[in-house]
Amino acid sequence: MVALKRISEHPVLGPLASEEIEFEFDGKSYLGIKGDSIASALLANGVRTLRYSNRDGEPRGLYCGIGHCFECRMTVNGVPSVRACITQACDGDVLESQGEDRRENHDDF
Amino acid sequence: MISDVVVIGAGPAGLSAAVAAAEAGAKVVVIDENPRPGGKLLGQLHEEPGTGWWIGADVSKALAKRATDAGVQILTNRQVWNITPGWEVFLDNGETVCARYAVVATGAAERPIPLPGWSLPGVMAIGAAQTLTNYYRVRPGDRIAVVGVDPLSLTVAHELSMAGADVVGIYLAPRNVFSGTLSDPDRNLQYLAGMSELAPNAFLRWGGRLAANRAFRNLALTFYPKFGLPLMGTRLNLRKSIVAIGGNDRVQHVEIATVDKDGNPGKTRIVDVDCVCISGGLYPVQELTKGSEMAKIDELGGTVPLYSPEMETSQENLFVAGNVTGIEGAKISMAQGTLAGTVIGSRLGLIHNPEAVDTASAAVRAARKSSAITFMPDIEQGRQIADDLWTQLEQGKTVAQKDESFA
Ligand SMILES: Cc1cc2nc3c(=O)[nH]c(=O)nc-3n(C[C@H](O)[C@H](O)[C@H](O)COP(=O)(O)OP(=O)(O)OC[C@H]3O[C@@H](n4cnc5c(N)ncnc54)[C@H](O)[C@@H]3O)c2cc1C
Ligand code: FES
Repeated sequence: MVALKRISEHPVLGPLASEEIEFEFDGKSYLGIKGDSIASALLANGVRTLRYSNRDGEPRGLYCGIGHCFECRMTVNGVPSVRACITQACDGDVLESQGEDRRENHDDF
Repeated sequence: MISDVVVIGAGPAGLSAAVAAAEAGAKVVVIDENPRPGGKLLGQLHEEPGTGWWIGADVSKALAKRATDAGVQILTNRQVWNITPGWEVFLDNGETVCARYAVVATGAAERPIPLPGWSLPGVMAIGAAQTLTNYYRVRPGDRIAVVGVDPLSLTVAHELSMAGADVVGIYLAPRNVFSGTLSDPDRNLQYLAGMSELAPNAFLRWGGRLAANRAFRNLALTFYPKFGLPLMGTRLNLRKSIVAIGGNDRVQHVEIATVDKDGNPGKTRIVDVDCVCISGGLYPVQELTKGSEMAKIDELGGTVPLYSPEMETSQENLFVAGNVTGIEGAKISMAQGTLAGTVIGSRLGLIHNPEAVDTASAAVRAARKSSAITFMPDIEQGRQIADDLWTQLEQGKTVAQKDESFA
């Protein structure tokens, strides 16, 4: 299966690694590729929301990608506040978002 | 754990320092908080004049292999939170590493540009988009808007379109207290002038040529096409800025304002996108050198440690290499790392060739001369300021420009 946002063809970079991993995020099962970070594996499946903010329960996703901003923190195999952008996704991982969705359904504009 | 040398950061600078010292026979430990070595090099991808594609992931792998072949121990997934003279390095898991010599090669990070809606999922730093696309091979979005005009944003925009994303345009940052001169069209054109003829692709060469001359910059801004200029699959907009990002639970659109030649906003329009990449500029990550003499030098990207021609800080046996000393390209970082590692190898009595250090210094100068991208337009001036401050320091004078307020 080719995931939604996976770049399987690239004019310069060689073929994509193909060894798959399977993991769970908020009770749903997803496939990733060996070597993925948790954030890249989820985004490849179109999942952008990694947690909900403490104060307003607004969705948050990957921002800096290098472990500085902590926007991507989630619970990984029971350990809370792990940074999804710099943590490798492993076969069998059980991942959970932190916080809860308390958004009023409105556009930001 | 006890070693001869401890290196903090497994980017191109840290790995090169480790290789030089270990190949001379030193015992070296490298620590990085990432799951794999490479630092910012992992996501890099550009075409270099004469030598073809620079694929950062491959260069990283080769460097890391060379290091481990030379006996370097690379500890990944470990964050360093403190170092004390002597040198003792404290890791987040409670372990410590002790070594006579330490090298801080903690690299660079990105400044954010907060704008309305920037916390929505789908808004990310340009560097995050670069690593996702070129390293993890995941498209950050299908329709992407880029905020911030600089060599990095142009490079990544090109990489995104190569990977099949529709990059709807590169826009100025909105005028607000955070963006400073980033929202100023002329400043942005000047910035592009920092890119040499050697720029890695036509995209950058074009921008560099356009921007070198002040009269032309003025003309260019006055007559800059309303719809931007088409460039390798996207549009460079110097007369438009993104003023807000909107969407319900993720990015769905951006609000784009036309701006006049001085950056004042006019009419706005909504454009549908699913991803926004923010390029706010790079700064050196220097927290771990705080005990050394530091100086705030904007031309280098922010506050940096001062260091000798041998890469040693004002603290004995504490070395620096790479972007912690100022924002430059990967090849320069590698040459700086090799120099630091060579000096340490010599001090340990493992390198006997009296010319080794001079050769390594010459390699840094050569790398600077042939550098494909200049991130900071006034980098040479910045280095001169740093060198002068070091000389003053050596002469026993105090550093006038010292600034510890940098957060
Ligand atoms: C987003 C971005 C994109 C860039 N793109 C390009 C490009 O396309 N081409 C180019 O030539 N240059 C680019 N650069 C410049 C880049 O910084 C240099 O090319 C080069 O990677 C710098 O090497 P370095 O070894 O100094 O630092 P880095 O590559 O930044 O490596 C530093 C390493 O130190 C680690 N580290 C930092 N602090 C700690 C700590 N406390 N504990 C443990 N580990 C730590 C980090 O995890 C990282 O792996 C880019 C820089 C950034 C920030
Ligand atoms: S995205 Fe910033 S820490 Fe992970």
